[in-house]
Amino acid sequence: MDLPTVWFVAIAVLWTGYFVLEGFDFGVGMLLPVLGRGSDADRRVVINAIGPVWDGNEVWLITAIGAMFAAFPAWYAGLLSGFYLPVLLVVLALIARGVAFEYRGKVDDPRWRARWDAAIVTGSAVPAFCWGLVFANVVRGVQLGPDRVVRSGLTDLLNPYALVGGVATLALFVLHGAVFLALKTDGPVRRRARAVARLAAPAAAAAQFAFLMWTQADHGTPATAAVALAAVGALVAGGVLVARRREGWAFAATAVAVAATTAVLFGSLFPVALPSLVDPAFDLTVADAASGPYTLGILSWVAVFFLPLVLLYQSWSYWVFRRRVTRAHVS
Amino acid sequence: MDALDLARWQFGITTVYHFLFVPLTIGLSVVVAGLQTAWHRTGRTEYLRATKFFGKLFLINFAMGVVTGIVQEFQFGMNWSAYSTFVGDVFGAPLALEALLAFFLESTFIGLWIFGWDRLPRRVHLATIWAAAIGSNLSAFFILAANAWMRHPVGFAVDPATGRAHLTDLAAVLTNPQAISTYLHVVSASFVVAGLFVVAVSAYKLLHRDRAPHPDEPGLFRRTLRAGLVTTAVAGAVVALSGDHQAKLMARYEPMKLASAEAIWDTEQAAGFSLFAIGDHEIGEVGVGRNIVNLEVPYLLSVLATGSPAGEVAGINDLQRQFSEQFGPGDYTPLIPVLYWSFRLMIGLGLAGVGVGVVGLWLTRRGALPRQRWVYRIAIAALPAALAANIFGWILTEMGRQPWTVVGHLLTAASVSPGVSLGEVAVSLSAFTLLYGVLAVVEARLLLRYVKAGPDHVMPYPREGEPEPDHVTAFVY
Repeated sequence: MDLPTVWFVAIAVLWTGYFVLEGFDFGVGMLLPVLGRGSDADRRVVINAIGPVWDGNEVWLITAIGAMFAAFPAWYAGLLSGFYLPVLLVVLALIARGVAFEYRGKVDDPRWRARWDAAIVTGSAVPAFCWGLVFANVVRGVQLGPDRVVRSGLTDLLNPYALVGGVATLALFVLHGAVFLALKTDGPVRRRARAVARLAAPAAAAAQFAFLMWTQADHGTPATAAVALAAVGALVAGGVLVARRREGWAFAATAVAVAATTAVLFGSLFPVALPSLVDPAFDLTVADAASGPYTLGILSWVAVFFLPLVLLYQSWSYWVFRRRVTRAHVS
Repeated sequence: MDALDLARWQFGITTVYHFLFVPLTIGLSVVVAGLQTAWHRTGRTEYLRATKFFGKLFLINFAMGVVTGIVQEFQFGMNWSAYSTFVGDVFGAPLALEALLAFFLESTFIGLWIFGWDRLPRRVHLATIWAAAIGSNLSAFFILAANAWMRHPVGFAVDPATGRAHLTDLAAVLTNPQAISTYLHVVSASFVVAGLFVVAVSAYKLLHRDRAPHPDEPGLFRRTLRAGLVTTAVAGAVVALSGDHQAKLMARYEPMKLASAEAIWDTEQAAGFSLFAIGDHEIGEVGVGRNIVNLEVPYLLSVLATGSPAGEVAGINDLQRQFSEQFGPGDYTPLIPVLYWSFRLMIGLGLAGVGVGVVGLWLTRRGALPRQRWVYRIAIAALPAALAANIFGWILTEMGRQPWTVVGHLLTAASVSPGVSLGEVAVSLSAFTLLYGVLAVVEARLLLRYVKAGPDHVMPYPREGEPEPDHVTAFVY
């Protein structure tokens, strides 16, 4: 494997880490009013389940974006400028949501908390949908002409395939979040989370099936077909496991589903980074977009030494907060 | 008004706004870690209470710094795609390193610190705030190295086939003299802001000490006041020394910025430092500007810029002629009045802030507290002054680099995203301005609320006759 290919895989790994980790954060955020209905203590249980880790999870996004900038400047530039409005929505949502987590509990006033709750729900749902929309469009292709400038308008981006992609990631993250809460909380929130997960699992599996089969039909390879089936299978397994109260295994299954979905998308893309809808001759390939061997070499050494270290201390942080969060914990 | 203008306004607004929170994150993380260390060493509950109180204020600010930082990571690609494609090979590397080495450390350990008070052994818990503080201070180095590269590009070559810059020497980028000097200047200036934040909060609480809920509270703020003043004075010395070094680097690498910041039109030997000037320079008209009024301190600029009273300082008109020959016809002058006044406001307000620190140390020597109420009000006013000095410093740095994004290699006008329309930038600029405006009001009111509520709110004083609790509770959302 040459260095650009290695870094294409590395970028895919960073996005996978991001979707697996912040995917459940988004699900938890979206489910806040459902699982914490009628009780502020329960809403605080929901939020505190991700309290210590959501910020660290979000750094996976910052690292994925930063690594794209360094390793594939033209990809980074084309993606973010080409998907200007959906990316803007994601950024605004992440701002509102991040502040909401920190500020919601700082004033003891129901109206104050209700406003921040709305920010958490919207701020989680918007990225959960937009990332699916964006990555479906990346796989489908963009208006990329001979001048190497992406000129996709909003109407190009809102096509049926990409909308299915958005719904699929949204449903996937709802399920992933519900399973996470079933695993990480106890009491009424845990019970409701299990019930929601059982309902969400068939919907998420159906949406995922539609999205991945469509992806497979238009862009797939035999390898992506196997991974896509694994993704849908993992979702079905997640639903069954959570119903049988095997919450740890259920969470592993939904995490596998998120990772497999990301793998399908990146696998369908390779060896192109941004396909052109205008003419395949204008495709931005991985090789075209890549930085020089010197930069990629340095990035490789840094990643080899530091990514395991990051994984180590992030895992330790999950270990420290391994106990289930309950009402007693937040009172 | 075109997409380029709006993209520049957006970058300016979002970056200045981001930097309202960054200095406090950088400096206050270390102050809070220092307070917690003091508690760990002495076992005195007063320090724990101070840690929790300033820790809460730190977190309110920290959240804003984090979320507004996300915009920065995306904005280069969204609005400056031509720039990003050209520089990513060089400029992207420090950003990726920043995320992997610093942001993960900062955000993972801040989570452990907030929620880990009752989960971790005390020594380990103390280490988490230091790890977060190191992460914040390390992140500043990488982003400043990237910024310094734009002003003084080193360690790269432009590939003639693709027209893109390629990194050839990472060590040169990370040891760029501009990077190291800027780091010292920005980080010490951040510590001045953090020091004055502690001073302002302590002064406010001491000003209203008759309302203290517990007789021990004024004693706590007397200590933190001193700690804040010491931080300000020490950091202030580093700001001044590194600022002097910055002026010399500016003379060498960015002569147009220095000439504009000083309104020196024609190259001079033994140049004076201008205190007040009114210039005559039509925007767009090049190479013929002059000052109508100029009040100056003789020789001072030559000393600052070159270290010698007779040193030569290049003038705007001469540099404009030189650059036109070197890079082709065009206007190579930045907005001179903006630079001139930013430079003066940075120095003036910065010195005023540091001066409050030094005078305050004298006034509070041997545990004394001034009686006059206006002394406390001045101490409180020093915080916005220092924050404004930081902002004017950035306006000088960034506006002074114009018309370039990468000096000598890429013009700002050629950096913008060609595929992003005026309407799209108008939408994002409006959305950011609106959201940021609302959040600024919310954040300021929340900080004020917690300052007013005082340490008793985050860690209640024991009732009379009762001992302090031996169990430390965690922060929860």
